[in-house]
Amino acid sequence: MSGVWVWMEQRQGAISTISREAISAGRNLAASLGSPLTALVFGHNVGDVAAAAFGLGADAVIGCDDETLADFRVEAYGPLMAQLAGQRQPQVILAGASTRGRDLMAWAAADLDAGLVSDGIGLGVEGQTVMVTRPVYAGKLLAKVYVKDGPQCLSVRGRAFPAAEPTGATGNVEWVTAVVAESDLPTKVIGFESSEGTVSLTDAKIIVSGGRGVGGPEGFGPVAELANVLGGALGASRATVDAGWIPYEHQVGQTGKTVSPDLYIACGISGAIQHQAGMRTSKVIVAINKDVDAPIFKLANYGIVGDLFKVVPALTAEFRRRLGK
Amino acid sequence: MKVVVCTKQTPSTTAVFTVRAGGSVSWDDPGGKPNVVNPWDEYAIEEAIRLTEKQGGTAVALTLGTEASQEALKTALAMGCHEAILVSDGAFEGADSLGTARVLAAAIRKVGGVDVAFFGKQAIDGDTGQTTVQVARQLGWTPLTFVSAIQAIDPAAGTITVARLLEEGKQIVTARLPVVISVVKEINEPRYPSFMGIRKANRAVIPTWTAADLGLNSSGSKVDWSNVFALPARESKVEMIEADSVEEQARILVDRLFEEKVI
Repeated sequence: MSGVWVWMEQRQGAISTISREAISAGRNLAASLGSPLTALVFGHNVGDVAAAAFGLGADAVIGCDDETLADFRVEAYGPLMAQLAGQRQPQVILAGASTRGRDLMAWAAADLDAGLVSDGIGLGVEGQTVMVTRPVYAGKLLAKVYVKDGPQCLSVRGRAFPAAEPTGATGNVEWVTAVVAESDLPTKVIGFESSEGTVSLTDAKIIVSGGRGVGGPEGFGPVAELANVLGGALGASRATVDAGWIPYEHQVGQTGKTVSPDLYIACGISGAIQHQAGMRTSKVIVAINKDVDAPIFKLANYGIVGDLFKVVPALTAEFRRRLGK
Repeated sequence: MKVVVCTKQTPSTTAVFTVRAGGSVSWDDPGGKPNVVNPWDEYAIEEAIRLTEKQGGTAVALTLGTEASQEALKTALAMGCHEAILVSDGAFEGADSLGTARVLAAAIRKVGGVDVAFFGKQAIDGDTGQTTVQVARQLGWTPLTFVSAIQAIDPAAGTITVARLLEEGKQIVTARLPVVISVVKEINEPRYPSFMGIRKANRAVIPTWTAADLGLNSSGSKVDWSNVFALPARESKVEMIEADSVEEQARILVDRLFEEKVI
């Protein structure tokens, strides 16, 4: 067993941010283990994406270009990864812990009878073993976890590692054939309802969130405007989602999304422990709340006690002025 | 049709944790209920019950855990599941996700004739979200993860159509039964247990299946989880921005955020 593999997730011909983070984490692991770094690129019409993986730090690239791989289906991707890994015996297989990456690693690990550790936020090497630091108990504690023997299947959480930047390096992709024919696949993708155009919470560098303090669906207006001016994503507390003021996909917290932006602006959010679990690893936290005793101020770097309907528009105006928007 | 819902007893969302020297973890809850049904599983239980209400048949709740996990199963029964089974054996302690999947798959096989096995999207203790796919692999069934709606199901034709909530939108997929499904919160609004349901659940005798009952020696585990520790405290101390006007507060705060290089 040797070598570090990174699965590069691509959507419509673009490598996803979380995969650029995974390959930069993989680059460091490969250096520590003294192993080559191999990128896996699966899809349809992915010649350019596969070649681009060299520029992101791969020493070798294995590509598979097939119509059955056009949409991500774990039933098509999983057997391909498991077969390749079974034949070539990598020591470490790494992916970003996106919905797709999570499914793929679970499939591959099951078929390889391998240990699997998800959601790494820190990776180290002891001997030939990768020590993964990951959140447990909904981010209330951390654990140092490792695979005791055999192939080490790992995933890393979004925004925990810097994204690899293209260097211009090139190489020759090794192309392999798909392992499951369309007629043997048990699923068909029959549609996609895109929510594209909005910034994804898990990828966002800046998140502006609203809580109970916004008072109703229309109260998210000024919060969304600030997010918009900053090019950030719109978040929400559980209370506002449960009240039906905003769709679930915006929920940050224990039963929503776990986020880790550079800047998190909490507007009218008291900061219940469940909300904190979803955003406490943000780099800088700003809290705006009427109640000086709100727990969110204990977590925040900067606080303003006041009416969010006055403070947030003032912030939006100030950012507009400074950013020339 | 026959539906299984796998559920787990976890610390409550408001639980406060203590890590002792040596790494043992304990928790307590200010509300006095330190253990609950894994919050994500409530949506799976609800969906399992709704499916049998629409299609007829039985919903069986299944939990791998200690005797204390009977509480989670009683909640599932009180909500409306028809049967509950506890899978419990010292040989299953410390199982990793694949070990857990092996045990649950063996139990689902033993239940027999199952069309759909439901899971919550993840458990809030281990937080791995991997078990659904791994159970599906053990059974040779199709996994459908992060499901936000069952759009159609036809047990006679053996087909199902679901919407899956991915990062950038919803993927609509058809699959052949049987399937293993994990659900997200958007799928439904879980009901509260009824008074009659609670009475029924309290009287229920829940069978326990052991390793021997499932024909297993142990779950197996390739992952070492023993080193758990507390989070480093956030180093920052809050700076309250105070000024005579909100415009001035905004100006000061924006200055700080540019200095922090987060804009």
